Amino acid sequence: MEQKLVALSGNEAVAYAFKQARPHVAAAFPITPQTEMMHKYAEFVANGESTTEMILVESEHSAMSAAVGSAAAGARTFTATSSAGFALMWEIVYVAASLRLPICMALVNRALSGNINIHCDHSDSMGGRDAGWIHLFSENAQEAYDNGVMSWRIAEHGDVRLPTMVNYDGFIISHTADALHMLPDEAAYDFIGKYQHKYSLLDVENPVTVGPLDLTDYYFEHKTSQLAACARAPEIVQAVSDEYGELTGRHYSFAEEYKLDDAEMVIVVLGSSAGTCKDVIDEYREKGVKAGMLKIRMFRPFPNAYIAKILAGRKAVAVLDRSASFGGFGGPVFTEVRSAMYGQNVPVHDYIYGLGGRDFDLSQVATVIDNLQNVASGGELEDVNLLGVRL
Amino acid sequence: MINTKDLHEGGIIRDPGNATTYKTGDWRTFVPQFIEENCIQCMFCWIYCPDTAIELDTSGDKPKVTGIIMDHCKGCGICAHECPPAKKGKSALVMVREEK
Repeated sequence: MEQKLVALSGNEAVAYAFKQARPHVAAAFPITPQTEMMHKYAEFVANGESTTEMILVESEHSAMSAAVGSAAAGARTFTATSSAGFALMWEIVYVAASLRLPICMALVNRALSGNINIHCDHSDSMGGRDAGWIHLFSENAQEAYDNGVMSWRIAEHGDVRLPTMVNYDGFIISHTADALHMLPDEAAYDFIGKYQHKYSLLDVENPVTVGPLDLTDYYFEHKTSQLAACARAPEIVQAVSDEYGELTGRHYSFAEEYKLDDAEMVIVVLGSSAGTCKDVIDEYREKGVKAGMLKIRMFRPFPNAYIAKILAGRKAVAVLDRSASFGGFGGPVFTEVRSAMYGQNVPVHDYIYGLGGRDFDLSQVATVIDNLQNVASGGELEDVNLLGVRL
Repeated sequence: MINTKDLHEGGIIRDPGNATTYKTGDWRTFVPQFIEENCIQCMFCWIYCPDTAIELDTSGDKPKVTGIIMDHCKGCGICAHECPPAKKGKSALVMVREEK
């Protein structure tokens, strides 16, 4: 498939990805750094390039509520937010997943308050990791676009029917102009397909009740069905990604394996930091150090069996967490990875880094690899470490 | 009771009006006792009942209260409160503690 090479910010790229699905409804409230994405979308609508009905709400709680109502009415629906906006959506984020509404959302990752900070970390999405959404992470504008296109197919698949969020790092991806290949509108829409709703609140011939009281006698069964949908999702994520790979030549899976084949030391990371890690790993490879990286793309559902297999037999693993879990044992990614590695004799250590947009530079990756080499040769390292902070 | 695999996704209800099949009568402590001879068929109980627990016979020209549907009555006592003591100061509905 011939694709146009364009220069866009991550926000613009995702706005295009969502527009190409021809959604019926978008409900959103502006918040930095997501604002530009909805600016771009509003421009499409104002210029007549999109027929999406935009609902400009008074808060994110209303944005997610409007999205739920719209999706239950049978409309293809998306929203977008960041940080505190996602936190304000909280209650309805769970409702969207519980009702199995295939809403797509751009979550432009930004630190949660306080103190107030507009820059990137993953504390917003990590707070919502148990809400029942599918979480895809992106390394750059290209991946944010690709995840945006694929998110519709994954969310709306009959075996899944779960809301899906496309995460991309605030400012680092959202506001940086980047070169990417974009599908022509027709080809993207052909891939995504026409939306088939399962029911509609507006269908008076076939009335439905959505969100009734669900007490001790049925709630548990409904949650069990939601758990089963999450368990089916990875297979669909892979199938959709394979089809997208055939169409575009860009192949995705649960994670990207960078120089992993013979890697003894592995860094596990999400999002834009992967690019920085790759550069430093290249330098170490030139020196003969067997370092590699595993960039997790699908954080929810967490691909635990895959992680256990791919990290088996490594000499040392470092997980980079761009959020802290206060009072928890390390960051959220570490907790999952270490749990997946249960029963294996592979040392797994955590680094909390980059909070509130703190720059993640080459020297930090070098520190991690140096420490992993030390662990690999029998040295000691704390389970949970901090990276790039003044103590 | 329906098992997980047979439930509609997301807990939606596709058969409207199925609340009548959901038995909620075991919530109550007190139960209204219907004394037909005191009933003047004013229909206040039927209007005020927050559920659908007042049993009506609608076969004749005018509907007629015939009793309480115990599968749905939660024993709130609103019917007895609203029932006018029209027959020599006596009401047709009085609350009594239910023996279980």
